[in-house]
Amino acid sequence: MLRTRFATAPLETSMETLNLHLAYHSLPLASLEVGKHFYWYVGNLKIHGQVLLASWFVIAVLVIASLSATRKIQRVPSGMQNFMEYALEFLRDLAKNQLGEKEYRPWVPFIGTLFLFIFVSNWSGALIPWKVIELPEGELAAPTNDINTTVALALLTSAAYFTAGFSKKGLGYFANYVQPIPVLLPIKILEDFTKPLSLSFRLFGNILADELVVAVLVLLVPLFVPLPLMLLGLFTSAIQALVFATLAGAYIHEAIETEGEEEH
Amino acid sequence: MDPLIASASVIAAALSVGLASVGPGIGQGNASGQAVEGIARQPEAEGKIRGTLLLTLAFMESLTIYGLVISLVLLFANPFS
Repeated sequence: MLRTRFATAPLETSMETLNLHLAYHSLPLASLEVGKHFYWYVGNLKIHGQVLLASWFVIAVLVIASLSATRKIQRVPSGMQNFMEYALEFLRDLAKNQLGEKEYRPWVPFIGTLFLFIFVSNWSGALIPWKVIELPEGELAAPTNDINTTVALALLTSAAYFTAGFSKKGLGYFANYVQPIPVLLPIKILEDFTKPLSLSFRLFGNILADELVVAVLVLLVPLFVPLPLMLLGLFTSAIQALVFATLAGAYIHEAIETEGEEEH
Repeated sequence: MDPLIASASVIAAALSVGLASVGPGIGQGNASGQAVEGIARQPEAEGKIRGTLLLTLAFMESLTIYGLVISLVLLFANPFS
């Protein structure tokens, strides 16, 4: 989390270092950030190493959890298997609520993965004391408090609903854009851009805001007082994961369905 | 950084997060009030109402967050400096 560095550095110097970072960026998407980063260099690209490390950790947690749940499958589930079956059921219901009984099955993996990844990374940022591990520069935190992660997830969602639309209706998908009345065409095109924008900004802003609020409060009163806000942070990060997955489902449903309903 | 730009950015950051919280505040109050009313009328529907309420509150919250993102950009990744 963004504790001391954020607080101790005077505003002006931190602004200057950040502007330096801004100038060095090769990718325009990476220009929105708070704090320093642990850079890895791959060719001409600068990669935020701390985000990758944290997200690999999250992926490892998820993989180990699912492996241990499916290792010895029993008829009457117990322990890990039981828990993961509960999680799967929850995700299936989530997808079913958005996509409907007929269409939901192929999208469970996608929506479920989105939810699990976002949920576990949000909570890992709040629950795991990342500060213990010292990096040469930057600090480990929830992977979702970096705009690059959330933009990637949001673009994946866009790709998913375009794929859904095209595979369902072929080029007839474009009829969606002029479906109720052609006047709305510009707005519908604009929507394709605002959807990933709002998805990514919502997640990024919420997680970053949580961490900033906790950081500021820890700076003022280091003990006990930040606890309720940390709990609120846990709650909102869970809700944000749910919102992201729900919206992904809703967008996919929109791409699949609209015309279909009129044909029947 | 030019002091004029710095001070203007700080004021703009404060305004953007402050103004962005007005509308969603009103909206969240409205929605929560209606939800309480609904629960009072039909206590058996509490679970469903709560779930929907939380989701809609998160949507309204995100509007404030957009303002927050703008103010964070102004403070930490200012494009005009």
